[in-house]
This record gives sequence, C-alpha cells and structure tokens, in this order.
Amino acid sequence: MGIVRGEEMVLNIGPQHPATHGVLRLQVKTDGEVVSQITPYMGYLHRCFEKHCENVTYEQVIPFTDRCDYLSSMSMNFGYVVAMEELMDIKVNERVEHIRVTMAELQRIASHLLCTGVFGLDLGAFTPFLWALRDRERILDLFELTCGARLLYNYMWVGGLSHDIPNGFVESTYEFLDYFEPKVDELENILAHNKILVERSADIGVMPKDVAISYGVTGPNLRASGVNWDLRKNDPYSIYDRFEFNVPVGEGIKGTVGDCWDRFYVRILEIRESVKIIRQALASMPKDGDVHQSLPKKLRPPKGSIYSRTETPRGDLGYYIESDGSPIPYRLKMRSPAFTALSVMDEIGAGWLLSDVLAILGSLDIVLGEIDR
Amino acid sequence: MTVDFIYNFLNDLLPGFLGNDLLLILAMLLPFFALFGFITIYGFGVIYAELKVSSFIQDKTGPMGQGYGFHAGKWGLLQPVADGLHLFFKEDIIPATADRPLFILAPFLIFIGMFVGIIAIPFGEAIIISDMNIGIFYILGIGSLAVIALILAGWSSNNKWALYGGMRSAAQIISYEIPAGLSLIVVILLASSLSMQEIISYQSGGIFNWIIFDNPFMPIAFIIFFISALAETNRTPFDLPESESELVAGFVTEYSGARYAFFFLSEYVNMFVISAVAATAFLGGWQSPFPNFLNTPAWSVFWMISKAFFLVFVMIWVRWTVPRLRVDQLMHLCWKVFIPIGLFNIFGVSIWTVLRG
Repeated sequence: MGIVRGEEMVLNIGPQHPATHGVLRLQVKTDGEVVSQITPYMGYLHRCFEKHCENVTYEQVIPFTDRCDYLSSMSMNFGYVVAMEELMDIKVNERVEHIRVTMAELQRIASHLLCTGVFGLDLGAFTPFLWALRDRERILDLFELTCGARLLYNYMWVGGLSHDIPNGFVESTYEFLDYFEPKVDELENILAHNKILVERSADIGVMPKDVAISYGVTGPNLRASGVNWDLRKNDPYSIYDRFEFNVPVGEGIKGTVGDCWDRFYVRILEIRESVKIIRQALASMPKDGDVHQSLPKKLRPPKGSIYSRTETPRGDLGYYIESDGSPIPYRLKMRSPAFTALSVMDEIGAGWLLSDVLAILGSLDIVLGEIDR
Repeated sequence: MTVDFIYNFLNDLLPGFLGNDLLLILAMLLPFFALFGFITIYGFGVIYAELKVSSFIQDKTGPMGQGYGFHAGKWGLLQPVADGLHLFFKEDIIPATADRPLFILAPFLIFIGMFVGIIAIPFGEAIIISDMNIGIFYILGIGSLAVIALILAGWSSNNKWALYGGMRSAAQIISYEIPAGLSLIVVILLASSLSMQEIISYQSGGIFNWIIFDNPFMPIAFIIFFISALAETNRTPFDLPESESELVAGFVTEYSGARYAFFFLSEYVNMFVISAVAATAFLGGWQSPFPNFLNTPAWSVFWMISKAFFLVFVMIWVRWTVPRLRVDQLMHLCWKVFIPIGLFNIFGVSIWTVLRG
C-alpha cells in the first residue's frame, strides 16, 4: 500500500449512511481504498441543549439530559443529579443510591450490548447484532416496568427518583441476570474469537496510551489503550466505593494494545463487571426508604458553581453548573465523552482502508445525540 | 430434453398440423418458459428460505401470517410474492446524471448471464435443455458476463459508492474465477470430458463413486470451489461489492424497483447455478447416492435439486454467521492460499490418475 499513488477523491460518508451511527458526516480523502485524511463534520443533530437549559428550571433540565445520549439516558440523568446534589448539598437515602446504581449498571449493559452488536454489524456480521438487541430488549422491559419508558426515562430526580421500583423488580432482575450471563459468553464466542473478526479488528486503528490521554479520550476507549482509569474506582461517586469489581483494561490479546479488537473486547468484559455490581447492589438494597424523602420543595441552589463528573458507558461525563441563586441555571455545560472520542478519528483512522475506517468508527462507540447536544 | 427431442415429440404428436418452422420455434419456446417458471418458483422459494433461515439463526420469527385480511399468507409464505410485487410496482428512478443506456442495460445483462447458464445444467439422464460437449466451460464463461454487468452498473450510476462496488466486484469475481476454474480442472482430468452429462456418468454407482470421494485431493478441491463460489456470488463473507455498512449498497445503490429486483434475483439464480455446478462436478449430479436404487428420471430431478438446494442452504447459513473480509484479505486468500493449493491439487491428481492407470 502507498507505493502507487493515484488521484485523490473526496468522499462524504454520511450524513445518510448506514455505518455512521446517526447523522455524522465523515469527509474522507481516498486514494482507491486507502484513506489519507478524515474530517468529521457534526451538528446535524444539534438541539441547543445548553442554551435550552438556561431557560428552564433545574428540574426541567433532566428530560434534556435524557435526549443527549439516548442510548444511556439513565447514566445521563445520574450525572446531572449527582452534580445537583453536590451543589445543593443534598444527601439521598441508601435505597435511592442502590436503585440508582442498579439502573445505571443495567443501562451500561444495554449500551455496551448495542455497541458490540453494532460493531459486528459494521464488520458485516448481522446475527450477533440481533442477539445483542434481543437481550437489550429484556433490560428495556425492566426499565419499562419501573418508570414506563423504554428509551428516555426521566427517572432520576434531584434528591430521589420519579418512582420507587415496583414489586417483583428485584426478582425479575435476578432472573434476567441468570438468563443473561450465558448469553454474554455466546456473544463473545460468535464475535470476539471469530477468525474473520479478529483479522478485521486486531492491529487496526491502534490508539496508543499517549494519544488517548492527549486527546482526552475516556471510558472504555481509554481503558482499551491500557490506562486503568475508571471514575467509579478513581473518583467514586454515589456508593460505587462499596462494590467489588474489576476495571478491565486492553491487553492486546489478539494484536496491539489499543486496537479495535481491544476496544470491542473491553466492553464485553465490562458487561460482566456490571453484572457483578448489579448482583451486589440488589443483595444489599435496603427494604425500606422513601424515594421521595429528600426531594426539595423548590430547586434553588445557592450562588456558586460546580463541576461534577461521572462514568457513563462512553466515558467521563462532566456537568458544569453555574448558579446565580435563581431557580433557572445561569449556565450549564456538558463535557461529552463521545465528542472527544470522535476527535481522535483522524489521528488513528488516517492511512487505513475504507473498511477499516468504518470499523474504527464503530469501535469508538459514538452517539451523535451526545456529540451534537 | 433437448430442443430436437421436443421437436420430434411435437412432430409425432401433431403431424402436419403446424408448419415445420413454427414447430421449431415452439420447441425452443417450451424449454424457455419451463426455465422461466422454474426460476420464478425457485426465486420465491429461496427468498422465503433466506428469510426463514435467518430468522431461525437470529431468534426471531420472520414472516408470519395469522387471521384474515391483508397479510403474508400462512406462515408468511406469500412474503416473497409481496416483496416482488412491491419492487415491481415501485417508481423506477434513473438518476439525472446517470449514463442512461448503460444504466438500463446492466440489470438485463446480469440477468441474461445467470439465466442462460441454467440451460446446460442436467436434471436427469435426458432432462437437460442443451447437452453441450463443453457444458462446464460454457457455464463458467457465461457466468463471467456478470462482471461486465456489475462494472456497467457501478460506472453508469455516477455514484461514488456504486463505483467502489463495481470496482471491488470486478477485482473479486475475476480473481476468484481462477481457483474455481483450477478446482474444476481436476474434475475434468478425472472425467476426461467437459460435458456435464459425462462428468455425471463418471460418478454413477452410489455415493462412494462421487468425485468428492474419488481421491484424497478432491475434498480440498470441493472446498476451494465452494468458497470461490461464495465469492463469485457476492455472498458473505465476500459481499464486499454491496457491503451495506461500508458502501451503502455498492453497485445497486442507485437502482430501484424492477431493476433492483433483477440484481436481487440474479444473485439468487447465480447461487443456484454455482451450487448445481458444484453438485454436478463433485456430488454426483442427478445420480442417486444408492447404487441402482431411486434412480428413475423423477428421482434424478429430486436428487439434483436437493443437492443444489443443500449447497444453497449452506450459503445462506454462512451468510448469517460470519463477518465480512477486507479487500486485501480477500485477495490474499485468493492469490496466496487458494491458487497455490489449487495448482498443487492439479499436480497431485495428475500423478494419482497416471499411477492408478
């Protein structure tokens, strides 16, 4: 490759393209199949999230956070309420904390299932995608049981939750986990150790440690590059410091550390860790406790600002909230993990073949709702 | 069931009833319509099979029908019909910047390439439309017509994705014809004939006389041929020309309606042709697996179709199981793995044949 040079062609991948995970446009310069430059163009899904937030009350921000990363709405809610509770110095009771962790980890499984499935789909394997969606459906059923919604939950409120978990939820979740654990092995067998998939993803799109850190990449993408960084361990929020779980990092089993295969495999390992956390959270969940107990009458945070970060399925989600003492935020800024993941695209994607570029894009697990906000 | 046979049969049945020329045209048209009917029924069957097999693999129900009203019939059996009607009633869009004549020509060309391949496929001792003495060579040759059609489609669409798809398919199909040809050469070496019927008659007398069990080199040749067949029909894991997650739809990106249906159907017909060639060359064609048992003409049609359908089923099975290769890996597999093994196979089989006498 690269010896014979032809005329370069500009190719627009997207905004309507099956492999761009939403409305993203990648402008690539190609010489035949070889891609020499990638420029991501986003903003097709921009809905003025941050500007909207300056015009609604603090409670009304929560549904907007749902719609940012629509594949992990629970985690987005979680980040916002953690920030607000820190700003207003609210302490929620144990039951609420346990339910929140359970929901966030279920959401992490759902999100990673979709990511691994879609990664397979990007490489041409259709069946694992539907298997992943089949299991994700069970999680959505659990969410529906709890708050009635399947995608955008508006479930976690500042100081509590919108609903308590229904009767039988704990049993249903245990039942799901028992069903689900063998299915993860099945998914791993058909995808991760498949010869063709390994050929397609090992040693492809290697993101070295220093590149990942200098671009600010977080979450599974950073861990796949071999950096042990997980906010649930390194800067615990809520009650994550009580649970036993490992932070899987990329080891380059099939190729180099930080290649597409590692980014994909770390997510499968994280699914297993989330299952562990959910089991512990369900086991130690207090029987009583009102989920509305510490809900404030009116959200009127004191003058000041807060930056709080949490670990969503895609990485460090930061909320910067500036309050002027009124019930409406003066300024609200979100630090999006998928945005930084997308920005590294040109660095790790240039020089590969067209098929590889789409594999790399799939392995970064971006959600355009969160990038464009 | 050659044209001559039908002509003589009609002549005996209706002596002097029609003019001789008219009778000849009728004798030519009859197999044509039989073939067309076969392709239509096969098309519906295989599309239904693809839907149902994929549903079985993917834990879903696939097309289902229940109750009364507009739906896809019992067990969704009418789903392929509905799909076909849907495609044929759709608006036919030709992009303004497309090369009109070539754009229109491409789907017909690909369909003709597939369609005329079937006439050399034997379904029984006398059930073959044209028993050419170069049958297997003819099918391979006429099958290559598809490459021209795919390049035409890719180029004339005036779309970058289509161009990528067309170029990929050209490289892929031309490359994989070599290992496919190499593994058929060993069959021809054994049967010492290019005629489909003579290759089959070489394999008469039960399952252990089939060419695949003839000598230790033949299973390798069969596997190479089958994998090359997957590549030639653009099926997963070699569906790069129309890989939906990379090239949107490849060379069919700009096609819609009936023209798209032609591409779609010809892929499935091609699957059947290639499977039938594999069944003829390696699995005894229309011969029964049991010596002197169940080998009447009706059974011979059954054996041929079931052997071909089994291979078609394996193709569907593979499609829903594995991911897709990359362009360079595809070429690596062809030129650095299959062709050396194929050449070695020819060498081995030649020595084997000489030593066996």
